[in-house]
Amino acid sequence: MKRIDHAIVEFKEMDEMAKRDSLVHSVNPVVKLIITIAYIFVTVSFGKYDLSGLIIMCLYPIALFEISDTSIGACFYKLRIVIPLVCAVGIFNPFLDKETLLYVGNVAVSGGVVSMFTLMLKGVFCIMASFVLVATTSFDEICAALRRLHIPGFFVTLLLLTYRYISVMMEEVSVMTDAYMLRAPGQKGVHFSAWGSFLGQLLLRSMDRAEELYSSMRLRGFNGEFIYASLDPLKGRDYAFLFASLGIIALFRFTELTAIIGQLVM
Amino acid sequence: MHMADALLAPAVAATMYVASGATAAVSVHKLRKEDDEAKKLPVMAVTAALVFAGQMINYTIPGTGSSGHICGGMLLSALLGPQAGFLSMTVILTIQCLFFGDGGLLALGANIWNMAFYGCFVGYFLIWKPIMHSKLFGKLSTKAAQRSRIILASILGCVLTLQLGAFSVVCETNLSGITDLPFGAFVAIMQPIHLLIGLVEGLITAAVLTFVFESRPELIKELDGGSELVNRHSTKTVVAILAVAVIIIGGGLSLFASENPDGLEWSLFGNGDAGYSDNMGLDEDDYGISSTAAEKAGKLQDSTSILPDYAFADSDSAAGTSVSGLVGSAVVAAVAIGVCVLCGALKKKKKC
Repeated sequence: MKRIDHAIVEFKEMDEMAKRDSLVHSVNPVVKLIITIAYIFVTVSFGKYDLSGLIIMCLYPIALFEISDTSIGACFYKLRIVIPLVCAVGIFNPFLDKETLLYVGNVAVSGGVVSMFTLMLKGVFCIMASFVLVATTSFDEICAALRRLHIPGFFVTLLLLTYRYISVMMEEVSVMTDAYMLRAPGQKGVHFSAWGSFLGQLLLRSMDRAEELYSSMRLRGFNGEFIYASLDPLKGRDYAFLFASLGIIALFRFTELTAIIGQLVM
Repeated sequence: MHMADALLAPAVAATMYVASGATAAVSVHKLRKEDDEAKKLPVMAVTAALVFAGQMINYTIPGTGSSGHICGGMLLSALLGPQAGFLSMTVILTIQCLFFGDGGLLALGANIWNMAFYGCFVGYFLIWKPIMHSKLFGKLSTKAAQRSRIILASILGCVLTLQLGAFSVVCETNLSGITDLPFGAFVAIMQPIHLLIGLVEGLITAAVLTFVFESRPELIKELDGGSELVNRHSTKTVVAILAVAVIIIGGGLSLFASENPDGLEWSLFGNGDAGYSDNMGLDEDDYGISSTAAEKAGKLQDSTSILPDYAFADSDSAAGTSVSGLVGSAVVAAVAIGVCVLCGALKKKKKC
């Protein structure tokens, strides 16, 4: 399947995932957005050698994945291209930081190896947290939450409109690519001679479409501000979820829980 | 060029959010002032969606076996203007971040700065606008001259803005103290790669804009060739811009050939112990770039053994080195895996 077809399928899958029903799905999107940002902020704040402190942070996204019945495997599969890139940056650390940090049995582990794993885990945990947010919150809800957080209406409306048009455009590009490839078998991409006309033609058609879109929006009463699906006010359980989550994240960050667990086991 | 969350320290990420947020706020304010604000919105949305989809088209690079794609910053600002282009690019990056994991949520501010700000504002005001208003390649209104100016501005704009973006990535990562890769070596890796990417993107952008110019020239910004009197940018200005561009691009190329890129950092900031003392006499602290990279590189040179014979070196965290920390980590990992396996088994049982 072509890259663009994969993207179309994944876009639809994410939409469907967000429409399911679970405890996490029912939490107010403003709360989920705040918690996700707080989680990522705290995760990246761990020291470069603080691998054991960081590792406990995995429990929070894993818990959300399980409660919301979202597959962790699906997360890693969808992000299979991005994760190696995240990991690649730390790959030089073992060669540059060779000071021994600790011994595991008789094997000496250098600071570079520890910092490489810390960097990789930070990247993976942050990706997991973002994924679980999008998998449990529809894009309309995210936009409504952004509006509630006083992000300008112009920007949020643009975000929502673009999102709605992306699938239309991707389908158009997919059809055009198929048509082109059928006429140019064995060619890896668009030939140099068609670089301008390929996207250019679609661009001109899209501009006309934008005019029509604007006219139809005007006819339906659009005056610059989009009318969003009403967002429920924060309820008691939303506050409970917010404070419990922030409390857990703070506990993970400010206490050395892994060391305490280790001592208890020993 | 999308940066992941793990590459940034919270302070750097927050700073970049403030910078990008302020630029977005100014852009929204500017667009709101215009009369056709409501009309611009669908045009911006459709164009942004088109660029998003257009990024997935592979373009065959002649003479090579590989293919390239567009990023879209220059294309958007040439069609929509800098403010609208910046906001459209911001929206694209936000959706990419949320749905495709391209760049993290915390790093979004930095990514917007690196890709949207340079591409839309720097590219537009420093490259696109001056070149389009210049008399380069002949009279302002001549079609052939206009076409040549579009091609030159697209290529220069893409190359220059990608160079700036790549350099920002290096600065942000090094300021965050995340990677042990020395500043000079990181620059030497990033700049030449983005020079080639920028060149390909510039050619594709030029091809698309030329096509639009031939069919619907009114869609392209700053193409007021009819008014010969509006020549606010002299040839001298354009030559000066070209000179700056050549210096920056040349800098990127020279790094390609450098055998000892670490020398860049030492030559800039001085390192008396290593014999690079006062080359430019710049003070590293004053430039806000952490000296850890240089220290690490120095240590690397001194060090001959892979595993020196001491057990515990200084670390950021005591927990990172303690045995209990290790055992605790193993327990946490086991619990995490256990939770997943248990939940999986329970779900299977439920289905049965």
